[in-house]
Amino acid sequence: MPEGVLEIDGISKRYGEVVALRNLSFDVRAGELFGFVGSNGAGKTTAMRIALGVLAADSGEVRWNGRAVDLDTRRRIGYMPEERGLYPRMRVLDQLVYLAELHGMSTNEAHTSAENWIARLGLRDRRNDEVQRLSLGNQQRVQLAAALVHEPDVLVLDEPFSGLDPVAVDVMSQVLREKASGGVPVVFSSHQLDLVERLCDRVGIVSAGSLVASGTVDELRSGGVPRLVVESPTTDWTVTLDGVRVIEKNGTRCVLELADGVDDQAVLQAALAVGPVHEFSRQRPTLTELFRNVVTTEARST
Amino acid sequence: MTARAVSLVARREFVTKVRTRSFLIGTAVIIAVLAGYVVLQSVLFDDQQRSVVGLSGQATQLADPLRDKAKSFGIDVETRDVTTMENAEQQVRDGSLDALVTGAPPTLKMIVKGTGDQVLTTALNDVLRQQVLVAQLAEAGITPQQVAQNLANVNVAVTALEPVDPQRGQRLAIGLIVAALLYYSLLVYGTMVAQGVVEEKSSRVVEILLATVRPWQLLLGKVIGLGAVGLLQLLVISTIGLGLSSAFDVIDVGALGGTALLTGVLWYLLGFFLYATVFAAAASLVSRQEELQSVLTPISMTIIVAFVAGINLMIGSPSGPTVTVLSLLPPFAPILMPGRMAMGVATPWQVVLAVVLALAAIAAITWLGGKVYANAVLRTGARVKLREALRT
Repeated sequence: MPEGVLEIDGISKRYGEVVALRNLSFDVRAGELFGFVGSNGAGKTTAMRIALGVLAADSGEVRWNGRAVDLDTRRRIGYMPEERGLYPRMRVLDQLVYLAELHGMSTNEAHTSAENWIARLGLRDRRNDEVQRLSLGNQQRVQLAAALVHEPDVLVLDEPFSGLDPVAVDVMSQVLREKASGGVPVVFSSHQLDLVERLCDRVGIVSAGSLVASGTVDELRSGGVPRLVVESPTTDWTVTLDGVRVIEKNGTRCVLELADGVDDQAVLQAALAVGPVHEFSRQRPTLTELFRNVVTTEARST
Repeated sequence: MTARAVSLVARREFVTKVRTRSFLIGTAVIIAVLAGYVVLQSVLFDDQQRSVVGLSGQATQLADPLRDKAKSFGIDVETRDVTTMENAEQQVRDGSLDALVTGAPPTLKMIVKGTGDQVLTTALNDVLRQQVLVAQLAEAGITPQQVAQNLANVNVAVTALEPVDPQRGQRLAIGLIVAALLYYSLLVYGTMVAQGVVEEKSSRVVEILLATVRPWQLLLGKVIGLGAVGLLQLLVISTIGLGLSSAFDVIDVGALGGTALLTGVLWYLLGFFLYATVFAAAASLVSRQEELQSVLTPISMTIIVAFVAGINLMIGSPSGPTVTVLSLLPPFAPILMPGRMAMGVATPWQVVLAVVLALAAIAAITWLGGKVYANAVLRTGARVKLREALRT
């Protein structure tokens, strides 16, 4: 089993006047699914292109197992670029065999592996069709197969879920999980935050070219301002409490935001003093809320 | 791995291209055109030098001497005995007879449709005069055979100041054919390289490729692969062309054709490596097939000018200073030099100089073109300015 760590260490990149990446660092360990999120133009694609050596960084380094990535190690990376690309007039099987061989497999290995992924991704009926004759969804599957066909040691996928139907999303998720549990570090970017939340071991949020938050989903969600969900007949009692703000009210149910140092037990007692409490729980922000929060704060500060 | 990557890319280009219908049909069409030309040429050749003469009455006795005389003038005469005059005149009118000869020597009459064949008239006059001469000599008591023998020994001694090449016509033909084939191959396969580069760029597959091979490996593999396709086509066409020509006796193939084929292949390789990199570099500047024409025009124009101007100069004066200088310069050499070599007018030092200059140009162009390609091939969207591609 391949074991290792992919490190992105302080990479910066500017296009003329525009700063695309500012000292971006993160690492992905063996067996880990790392979700890379950020708004459009935040620098995700640039970072991935630099990791693949398709683009040169102005400064910083990408390392695999402590060594700077060169062409030989790069050949062991599976890459799915944001701009999908395959030879439109080449047949599916030929294309996959060709890419596997370019990545260093022998002809026999390449054939075996290509057939294997074709079967795995449900493309068997289409293996001798030209790529341009396939539906977009099937082209996406071929694209994934192209990233996997040489059995890479690292996976770097730019928006792998965009344009997939729910079944294909499941297949893709399953394949990524499986690869990760096989010891392959997997990095992927996505705008589908619920998916990232469900799938990833760790998440990094990029904004304006630098990493503004990273950690496990739990770590990220437990940070920030604590919120409570309380269901009771009235909410009049809240006005008497210091440091408690009602941010949402829906019938008898309300969401409260607590200032630093406010004891949630005191809030519960205050509520019980007025009437019955049917629900009392801590609400953790979803990744989407977290993301919105982080990105808007960043935008305000810059 | 470097060699393997290049050979994998080259193999893909070769196999993909050779399999396409356009390659198979294109080759078949060229061969068909070539065969048609050869057959037409041989038919015209035969037709031009063959006259059918109708002889009537006493004129029939002239059949043998006329045929012999005409042959010595280089034309074939077929004679036919004619019995009825009206019918014969009709045959002259509709063209199945070139001339009709009637009457008895020395008062012969020749009926033709228009002006008549000058050579045939001269031949007939000669035959007629000889007959009269023989008759009068016999009357004077001199043996005609003796006189004929004496006459045969009288000849003007010709001294040529410049050696005459009996194969000049054939050499010119081969030279022009070689130049035309190279012109076609460079233009077609150069454009194919350019289209391949843009296809990879517009389909974005180049990003996946460049994550595992270096730009120059991709470029070199593409040039070698498509160059091999062009070479294959060139060889198939030339072999079939030479075979047809010798079968129909249009060109005396032999050593001349073989040498022309060899020089053609050599210059195809030099020319292709020179132009293909330029085509690829130019193509890497744009992202869509529609924009391709605008960047390729200057390159195509160079090849077209080399061919059109070169052909005219070569027919006019193949050793003239203009065509000699042009045939040494790398952009024009791949088309003009093999043409001049086939014509046998290029001196060895000119050939060597042209090859050396071409090799130097290939080295420079490959370096420069490779740089432009590597810098521009991943930039999609607007057309990349050449200066930007060279700077970074």
